[in-house]
Amino acid sequence: MLANQIGYYSLIIGLFFSFFLFVVSIKDFNNLNKKINQNVFILSFLQLMFVVISFLSLILSFINSDFSNETVFNNSHTTKPLFYKVSGTWGNHEGSLLLWLLVLTLFIFLFLIKSRAQPKKYRILTVLFQQIIITGFFLFVLMTSNPFNYLFPIPQEGLGLNPILQDPALAIHPPILYLGYVGSSIIFSASLAAVTQNYISKEWSQHIKKWVLISWIFLSIGIMLGSIWAYYELGWGGFWFWDPVENVSLMPWLTLTALLHCILVLERRTLLTSWVVILSITTFTLSMCGTFLVRSGILNSVHTFANDPARGIFILVFLFVLIFLSLGIFFIFHKENNKDLNSFFWLSKETSILVNNWFMMYFLSVVLIGTVYPIFLDVLSTEKISVGPPFYHKLIAPFLAPFLLFMAFGPKLKWIKSKIENKNSIIVLFVISIVLTFGIIKNLSVNVLFYTVLITAAFFLFFTTLKELFVKKSNNISQGIAHFGFSLFILSILFNSILSSEIITNIKIGEKYNYNKSEIFFEKIEKKKESNYSSIIGYFKITDKNGKVTQLKPEMRAYNQPIIVTSEADIKTTLLEDKFLVMNLVKGDEYFNIRYQVKPFMLWIWISVLLISLGGSMSLFKKKYEK
Amino acid sequence: MKNKLNSIIIFIFLSFCFVVFYKGLNNSNIYTPKINDEKNIPIFKAKDFNSNINIESEKIFEENTYYIVNIWASWCVPCRKEHPLLMELSKNQSVKLIGLNYRDNLNNAKNFIIELGNPYSQILIDNDGTLGVEFGAYGVPETFLIDKNKKIIKKFIGQINQEIVDEIKSIIK
Amino acid sequence: MKTLKIFLIVFLSIGFSQLKSNEKNDEFKNRILKNIRCLICQGQSVYDSESDFASSIKLIVDKKIIEELSEEQIYEFLREKYGDWIIYDPKLNKNTYILWLLPLLLFLLGGAIIYKKISKKKNEQ
Repeated sequence: MLANQIGYYSLIIGLFFSFFLFVVSIKDFNNLNKKINQNVFILSFLQLMFVVISFLSLILSFINSDFSNETVFNNSHTTKPLFYKVSGTWGNHEGSLLLWLLVLTLFIFLFLIKSRAQPKKYRILTVLFQQIIITGFFLFVLMTSNPFNYLFPIPQEGLGLNPILQDPALAIHPPILYLGYVGSSIIFSASLAAVTQNYISKEWSQHIKKWVLISWIFLSIGIMLGSIWAYYELGWGGFWFWDPVENVSLMPWLTLTALLHCILVLERRTLLTSWVVILSITTFTLSMCGTFLVRSGILNSVHTFANDPARGIFILVFLFVLIFLSLGIFFIFHKENNKDLNSFFWLSKETSILVNNWFMMYFLSVVLIGTVYPIFLDVLSTEKISVGPPFYHKLIAPFLAPFLLFMAFGPKLKWIKSKIENKNSIIVLFVISIVLTFGIIKNLSVNVLFYTVLITAAFFLFFTTLKELFVKKSNNISQGIAHFGFSLFILSILFNSILSSEIITNIKIGEKYNYNKSEIFFEKIEKKKESNYSSIIGYFKITDKNGKVTQLKPEMRAYNQPIIVTSEADIKTTLLEDKFLVMNLVKGDEYFNIRYQVKPFMLWIWISVLLISLGGSMSLFKKKYEK
Repeated sequence: MKNKLNSIIIFIFLSFCFVVFYKGLNNSNIYTPKINDEKNIPIFKAKDFNSNINIESEKIFEENTYYIVNIWASWCVPCRKEHPLLMELSKNQSVKLIGLNYRDNLNNAKNFIIELGNPYSQILIDNDGTLGVEFGAYGVPETFLIDKNKKIIKKFIGQINQEIVDEIKSIIK
Repeated sequence: MKTLKIFLIVFLSIGFSQLKSNEKNDEFKNRILKNIRCLICQGQSVYDSESDFASSIKLIVDKKIIEELSEEQIYEFLREKYGDWIIYDPKLNKNTYILWLLPLLLFLLGGAIIYKKISKKKNEQ
């Protein structure tokens, strides 16, 4: 109860700090003193503290199952395990907005601390732009999404949290994702500040690079966690569904990757300055746009929060205010640096990065158009269509092969001007890739041409990056690992999709199902009771072609609040493959319906994303940039 | 100035996007495809509830009258709630009600009818839901209004209410 | 004895090819089911869903496959009943030209911009 009050008033105080910060920063802007007024630091820190207090108050309310708080009532239950009571705090709309505020205020404070070497006016302007965003969110929370609404009379019990959200991966997925997603706000604010100060330069790029990397690393891992959760909890062994909410997290990642590569150019030469600003604005804009699409109820998805048009209108207006503001600033203040215009040679690293951006923007346009086109069509013609995986696969897959090849060649090129060296080794690696691919493909009954081209390109990148890392002992380890990770990622996905197999059948207890020299034996079932659910566990022994026996225990759970029945898959993961088993009741029968899948290389998909992020982290901790 | 032209174009485009999103918000989120083009009733064979004999759809809809096809089940709570309104409609001479018993247990369904009354001139069995799909149904309860040209002119998803009953009555006058 | 052996071999090979063709059939059916939206679920395909609606659709698809309908014919049947939005793969028609072509146009546009940028500089050398 008290926590409720504290939480609510902390938010109001935080909002007031926004106003104080506006006043103090603007005053300090005109001050000739070279250092930022201490008060800016203090106010920023205090604002962060009050958001933290508010956030902790909400967590406390969840832990205590304080159902006088409407958010807790809607999303929690006394029998929920403690871990999920805590993570339930940010598993709902209002709580997740507190997470937004937390990351927004945290990042601007960290920025202030870490940017002492930067020009004063630039830093103050960054604070100002960030405070515009922060104020907008404070208002959004307080006016439409208050996590501290009071309920009277106080309910005895809450409505509970959807059981599919009670999962460890999903518990940490929002915080990590938001560090990336919301963290791009600082890039947005800093870029706008830099534009007004004509500070888009080599020095600035070296400074902003770490923020781009931090945001990018967390976003990559955050998306991966979401995929892992989907793999374990949703559907039948899929990990990416091109669902609007997934797309919405992928889009900032694409622009952030493009931005990262442009920063690499900007670090050395004053090129692509306008494009860097555009990408910075676009990344955060896409984050905001994503928030709008997910929370306003305008799209139909597994992940959407409860829809509320009032919230939708607020975010929509807020989003477009930010867009018009940022583009306005860009057009008014940006000066194209004409000196280095005639500096793009055909064969150079800069050009290869241009090509990277070209492809990234294409992929972005596919995802963006696929996601929002149904909305436009519906409004303009009242026709309703669906855009799903086939669309994205058809438009993206053909472009992946050239993209992979460019990834292999690009890093080899020198800055400014280059020629192709080591032609022989390139040809050798290419031939190895083709032969290897063809050897594998011809044993499989798949579309030979399509897969041969794609897998060859992936193998080529794979071997090229391996060679750079181990044989030539390149200086640029971080890039090598990241690119290698990406080649592994594509290879894992391709082989996983080609080699996965599935059996669907109805089976009785004690029965054996034989196929393909393997056998599924349905041993027995056991019943179990936990604090918030009761379950039926099926014991299965799978004997594969080589005689190896695996035991799998899928469950069917009946939760008490909300009353939902779920199927929990049992997955045995090894380096080589995952064995995936789900079971369901067949209505009114003693039969159980089971789906058994063998999915090769699943683990490598996750490992490769971690490798990509590792490459990014290594770049973060490098002291000097590579020559 | 080229820059100015660019910014104006972008401004117009963004404003257009804003308007579209704004309108999109206000649109209903329930994706019910409107029946702009009236569909013909499907051709099918189904088992009769009482006689357990297969009947052809042409025979079921052979009379020159309005028909209402109502999908129901004994386990469906809203079906129970809308049943009195169906009884009311059944008294109307210009329309015949055809019931589709959806994924149900025959005994439970028979008890449902005995308990609440039978508004249907005929009931068909749809054990696995496939007959519902032939009508383009989402689930249960669902109600279709069919005109004398054997076309489905109205589709009501979910429990029907007095408003819908009045609408139907005004059409079938 | 010999006829029995021949009979056994023929019988087994039919059984085996049935197994292989069953696999192919399953793949075919699953591909179709993954392309159909479960209309009462929030963003799941019929393949992924265990709802009543999804079960009914799966049975209908089974029936249509036995009737030897092609993939496109099955989609057309469902589109006729439920509208375009039940199928995840948007057909290329007057509603979706922009959807399919716009990304490609943007790609070409991007390529043109880059080409201009680089050759312009080259000419200024």
